[in-house]
Amino acid sequence: MPSNSDASSRLRRLFLAPSWLVLVSLMVAPLAIVLAYSLLTRSPYGSIGKPWSLDNYSRLADPLYLAIFLRSVWIAAAATLLCLLLGFPLALFISRSGERKNLYLTLVILPFWTSFLIRTYSWMFLLRDTGLINSILLRLGLIHQPLPLLYNYGAVLLGLVYGYLPFAVLPLYATLERLDPSLLEASADLGARPWQTLLRVTLPLAAPGFLAASVLIFIPCLGAYLTPDLLGGGKTVLIGNLINNQFTTARDWPFGSAASLVLMAIVLILLLLGLHRRGEALL
Amino acid sequence: MKRLLALRWLPVYAAGAFAFLYLPLLVLAAFSFNSSKFTVWQGFSLRWYQAAFADTQLSEATANSLIIAFTATILSTAIGAACAYGLWKRTNRTLLGVVYLTLVTPEIVTGVSLLAFFEAFFRYLHARLGLHTVILAHIAFSVAYVVLVVLARLRTLDARLEEAALDLGATPWQAFREVTLPSILPAVVAAALLAFTVSFDDYVITSLVAGVGSETLPMVIYALARRGVNPVLNALSAMIFLGLGALVLISQALTRRAETPGADTK
Repeated sequence: MPSNSDASSRLRRLFLAPSWLVLVSLMVAPLAIVLAYSLLTRSPYGSIGKPWSLDNYSRLADPLYLAIFLRSVWIAAAATLLCLLLGFPLALFISRSGERKNLYLTLVILPFWTSFLIRTYSWMFLLRDTGLINSILLRLGLIHQPLPLLYNYGAVLLGLVYGYLPFAVLPLYATLERLDPSLLEASADLGARPWQTLLRVTLPLAAPGFLAASVLIFIPCLGAYLTPDLLGGGKTVLIGNLINNQFTTARDWPFGSAASLVLMAIVLILLLLGLHRRGEALL
Repeated sequence: MKRLLALRWLPVYAAGAFAFLYLPLLVLAAFSFNSSKFTVWQGFSLRWYQAAFADTQLSEATANSLIIAFTATILSTAIGAACAYGLWKRTNRTLLGVVYLTLVTPEIVTGVSLLAFFEAFFRYLHARLGLHTVILAHIAFSVAYVVLVVLARLRTLDARLEEAALDLGATPWQAFREVTLPSILPAVVAAALLAFTVSFDDYVITSLVAGVGSETLPMVIYALARRGVNPVLNALSAMIFLGLGALVLISQALTRRAETPGADTK
């Protein structure tokens, strides 16, 4: 029935039109503007105009900014590694817990979706000089001066691991869940001890889960802004803070745009290299 | 090595991991009932809750956040669900690519690019940043979540049911309305709840495009958190976590029920 299939494709176009409009005008066009700004020049008065140049990008090669990028990569890598280390045993536990699986999975997902801001604040409450940990230690007489727990890179790392641990557990759980149990039985039948099976069968087979989790954690950590800002205080500067500063206090939009696009480029290259699987496992 | 990896330690480890995830929040909630201003337990009190409700700045910011979250949720759910349906039977790689692009773009980049976009346009339109720009920004980032949640549900459906309806003389709109929509409705609601949560909690993008005079709740929380110890903030956090947590639980339950085989075969 040609008339019906015509009507079908008309309906489909109608259904897709609003999302095209929203995504092109509010995602693609803004990124295109940032691309244009990154190639333009800031006048001494702060306005943006010609000449076109690559100066903003070459400024990023300055050792000061290179150090910021390297530090961000380092912290994001450390957070990713810690999330994987902490997340794998939890994923393994959940995959083996029978009927309670869904309950445990919900417990992992719940804080992730609920409020990133409040979860970050909860660590400020614990870590600051007048916070819970220091208060307890002071009252016990174990210390006489509050320990500098907050406003350093360690606190940022802790906040990132806390924030993105669910991103490790979910993909790892998904791969463990798909694992063929007969392989584990075969390993046991052939005389492997449980931990040998874990190391030599389960872990290698979970490799796709590790890869997916790494990409999913590394990317948001690399561009993190809120965590370094709140838990790192004014002292820590990562890519996210650098970009935000250029657009707010420093008002050097062309330079901030160049930094944004370099960040985007790193993210997209990593995605192309590492992630064939899509992020649907998270939702 | 052997003992360390012994698998019977797994439940102990899991208990520790869940404690790591939840203890900071539980401690925060417990201290919201502390009568003392300091981080020393003095006795039970609801004074910080009373203070939170009495604060006009907080209630204005909450009202703003609710207006933004409701509007952005309704629009992004409608747009995203329609998009997912359009992509279901015949995918469009470009559109799906842009959906994934919005998910992987770091928040700070989304924020500054929307700021640059609004400022570039508003110079000609003589308009200013405000609640409307926040709503547009929230629609921009939450459509992608809705698309993925609804699309995941659609992919579990049997497309032949719609074809049967079409063969029996239904128009494509009727087939969508009468056959497909009822089965994806739980997923649509689940997606809407997630969109609401993400919108209500956003700070990074919102703070960049909000302009003066349209402060949202996360912006106030951020400012309070930077300023120092504030027990009102503990009370506020406990309430927000409970409220949003309930939405997430409902959303999860709806998604799970839809995934259970046979849940919608009648």
